[in-house]
Amino acid sequence: MSVAHTFLGLLESQPRHGYDLKRTYDEAFSPERPLAYGQVYATLARLLKNGLIVVDGVEPGGGPERKRYAITEAGIADVQAWLSQPERPEPYLHNVLYTKVVVALLTGRSATEILDVQRTEHLRLMRELTRRKSSGDLTDQLICDHALFHLEADLRWLELTADRLDDLRARVQRSIQRDDSRPASPRPTTRDNPARRANS
Amino acid sequence: MSTASTSALLVATDLRKSYGPTAALAGASVTVRAGEILAVMGPSGSGKSTLLHCLAGIVRPDAGTITYAGRDLTAMSDVDRSALRRSEFGFVFQFGQLIPELTCLENVALPLRLAGVRRREAERRARAWLAQLEVEDVADKLPGTISGGQGQRVAVARSLVTGPRVIFADEPTGALDSLNGEKVMVLLTQAARDTGAAVVLVTHEPRVAAYADREIVVRDGVVHDRLAQAQAQALERVA
Repeated sequence: MSVAHTFLGLLESQPRHGYDLKRTYDEAFSPERPLAYGQVYATLARLLKNGLIVVDGVEPGGGPERKRYAITEAGIADVQAWLSQPERPEPYLHNVLYTKVVVALLTGRSATEILDVQRTEHLRLMRELTRRKSSGDLTDQLICDHALFHLEADLRWLELTADRLDDLRARVQRSIQRDDSRPASPRPTTRDNPARRANS
Repeated sequence: MSTASTSALLVATDLRKSYGPTAALAGASVTVRAGEILAVMGPSGSGKSTLLHCLAGIVRPDAGTITYAGRDLTAMSDVDRSALRRSEFGFVFQFGQLIPELTCLENVALPLRLAGVRRREAERRARAWLAQLEVEDVADKLPGTISGGQGQRVAVARSLVTGPRVIFADEPTGALDSLNGEKVMVLLTQAARDTGAAVVLVTHEPRVAAYADREIVVRDGVVHDRLAQAQAQALERVA
């Protein structure tokens, strides 16, 4: 899953501090495996270097300065390109597709379009397998059947997700409103966050 | 003019159809090209079956136009549309389509008999199609005494017997298990390709849609056609 693209998507919805990005990312996309601070700040450094984000403001304080990041036009174009590109059908694809759908909803893009693009890609591969099956021997047929059933499961999930978009949109909007009304984030200690010393 | 537009056989533009306050089609447009197999997908209640019934001339849309081989289907009388359906279109539905009092052979021969073909000739052709669909052995049985998979193959044979240019199939494997469904799809698509017939295949099953050349998705009564979108975008870029 592309952490960099997800960060860009979150920054397109509103400028955020590094810590806010990590917290939102962990809550929304990876509650089981929170991001390491090192990865957060290394990703932000790379995005800054590539001109996809800028530092929007710096808040001085008792500890390390808190930088607020904002997306650039080049960053928005990068998010758009990522969302428009279908994923290669493979196992456990739901993580990245779910993230794309949420990012699209966060940034006011069409989530339905993402699901449609992915459906087209899945069906393209399913057609290929169906053709291979019809000209192959029994072993080929069994192998293709296995792949076809897995792709079909993905597609059924896509259909169901499309049917649940209204609920998902409402949930995402509630989380944006909650973020907006939340007081400034508590600053992590340098013991929790050794990477901040190097990256802030 | 592009290849796709020169071979367009059935063209529906901005179809609208409501049942009471419910809009089943809300501006649906689609082009079916000669000889192509087109899957029509979409959630339950999205309007995909209504679209099929309009394209096939079974249901008249409230607004919009449908042309078949250059003829305006929406302007035809009921009698003319019925005649066109019998001579140019074939139909396969999910179930309940064979007449229980007739043998399978008589069921398949029926469209030819209605078109005025003599019994002997009609049954000769019907038997050939039953053989093609690998169900010749049920020719003299009544539909109630054969399996679902066999019945569906008999129905496919009946849809093909008049040499239609378009076959409309509405969830043709919906009542079958995976293996029988696959057999029906292999035989249906093979026969369609052999005869050059186009197939409009309504299905909610991706594995069935994978037998088609391309797919469209109907959502809230509107057609989402990624191929048409891509072509329109390419034309815009050229302009």
